[in-house]
Amino acid sequence: MERKPSTGSAARGSAPWLTLRMREAMEAWLFLSPTLAGFLIFFAGPLVAVVWYSLTEWNLLTQQATFVGLDNYDDALFRNPDFWHVVRNSVVFALGLVPLNMALALMLALALTRRFRGVVFFRTVFFAPVVTSAVAWAIVWKFLLQGEAGFVNQMLAGVGISGPNWLREPDWAMVAVIVTRVIKMVGLNMILYIAALQAIPRDYEAAAQLEGASNWQIFRMIIWPLLGPTTLVIMVITTIGSFKVFDHIYLMTGGGPENGTLVLAFYIYQQGFQFFNVGYASALAMIMFVIVLALTVVQLALRRKDT
Amino acid sequence: MIGSLTQRQRRIVSQLCWTISLSIVAIPFVFPFLWMISSGFKGPTEIFGQPSLIPRMWRWQNFLDVFSYQPFARQYFNSLYIAVAVTLLTLLVSSLAGYALARLRFAGSALVGLFLVSALMVPDEVTIIPNFFLMRWAGLMDTHGPLILLPVFGSQGIVGTFLMRQYFLALPKELEEAGKMDGLSRLGIWWRIALPMSRPALAAVAIITFLNSWNLFLEPLIFISSLEKFTLPLALSNFTDPYGAPLWHLQLAATSLAVVPILIVYLIAQRQIIESFALSGVKG
Repeated sequence: MERKPSTGSAARGSAPWLTLRMREAMEAWLFLSPTLAGFLIFFAGPLVAVVWYSLTEWNLLTQQATFVGLDNYDDALFRNPDFWHVVRNSVVFALGLVPLNMALALMLALALTRRFRGVVFFRTVFFAPVVTSAVAWAIVWKFLLQGEAGFVNQMLAGVGISGPNWLREPDWAMVAVIVTRVIKMVGLNMILYIAALQAIPRDYEAAAQLEGASNWQIFRMIIWPLLGPTTLVIMVITTIGSFKVFDHIYLMTGGGPENGTLVLAFYIYQQGFQFFNVGYASALAMIMFVIVLALTVVQLALRRKDT
Repeated sequence: MIGSLTQRQRRIVSQLCWTISLSIVAIPFVFPFLWMISSGFKGPTEIFGQPSLIPRMWRWQNFLDVFSYQPFARQYFNSLYIAVAVTLLTLLVSSLAGYALARLRFAGSALVGLFLVSALMVPDEVTIIPNFFLMRWAGLMDTHGPLILLPVFGSQGIVGTFLMRQYFLALPKELEEAGKMDGLSRLGIWWRIALPMSRPALAAVAIITFLNSWNLFLEPLIFISSLEKFTLPLALSNFTDPYGAPLWHLQLAATSLAVVPILIVYLIAQRQIIESFALSGVKG
């Protein structure tokens, strides 16, 4: 086919005037075109739109948007007490979930990188809730945590403890959604920690043992520092994830009782899709975006200073 | 005394300690599944009676009632076909893009990568309101369109793109160059050489994409309104009496029907599935 190999590839095909480089670039854009089109239509466009929406007030009757400047932000930050209540709930949720999740994940990972029979079995067990739908998980736990007749309280009653009506009291409801969410998601972080632990050369530990270091010293001085980058990634992912939690709470408590578990993602849904306060909900979405961005940047910066 | 134990005895003791303590920790991870299945077989009165893992009366009727209460079979099928469509489309789109980012040299390659990564930092909740109006404008309300389009082109697709890119980067280039010599077009090289060598990455993307779509809740909640177009998660949340109180025996029977097949597949392919999550977690 190719009689003149020196110029062959450039001359081949339908566009002989293109240089090799231009041809390659064109192919690249062609390969990327579905992704880029989707990115523009379903992400970049909406991101611009949500900024615009957040500066408007929507009239449901006429379906018209009126420009109101920063009024929606002013409303959220300074006038509407609900907003700070919701932010507080989200922060409490994150502060409860992230440390609990990470500590449990690390402990399970440390246990499951030891050599004993049943490691694979337990790994499979602790990861199982991760592949289960959040809806199913929430339904089952809501069932287990029903007032007096719920299984958990029946068990507690069996040992003489009168359990609270978990999902009907604001503080207990928060505890319940945090703990059940940790059980649902901890397997993911456990797996990430296991992968990181397995990447640590065994010689390190062996050498430290020869020097007479205790298990705790080995962990504190060798393993924990080496896990640093993984811990950072896990912390960022888990924190962002905790601010995005929606289905779990929607099904377990519906944001109640007394808005005790109404978190930011839920509040956006409520304002946008139940009350149709499109402008206000968009301002909330922007605030959520800024919070998530700030959290990521702060955590990355902290870590950089640390090492 | 521990000191007087032989090596073998010590190993047995340690094995026993680990097994017992991990078993205790495992209870809240396993028990909900068992209780869900068991309660799915109970009648509405027994369900809150004296707790017993083995139902006194096996009520198979629940599993039939599930299908007459709402079009559950149809809803089950919806979830299945949507998840398959999302998975196939994601594989196609993200492996094309991932290949371009890994193998093709063009001005702006780094910038495109940066743009795509930045999208991962933005929660889906931020763009869901404009996407709602976009879908309404496009006439896609109460259709499965949004449930397919948004995941394929949203953060899930981008995670897939980077997983594929990472894998392509690690592949040896020689085979692809040989393909070029043989006169294969770029598309041919991608399809006949690069993709067949990337089965592990394709499998990983397929697994996390399928599960993500199967479990999707916010998007169906917002876009779908008619019962026969519901997906499973939406259907599960919908087993209530006319006053909105849950019909637990039906809800738990239906939840079992939705969860158990996934769990069985998970138990069979747990290694592969867990690895897929580990890969995407590090990248995401």
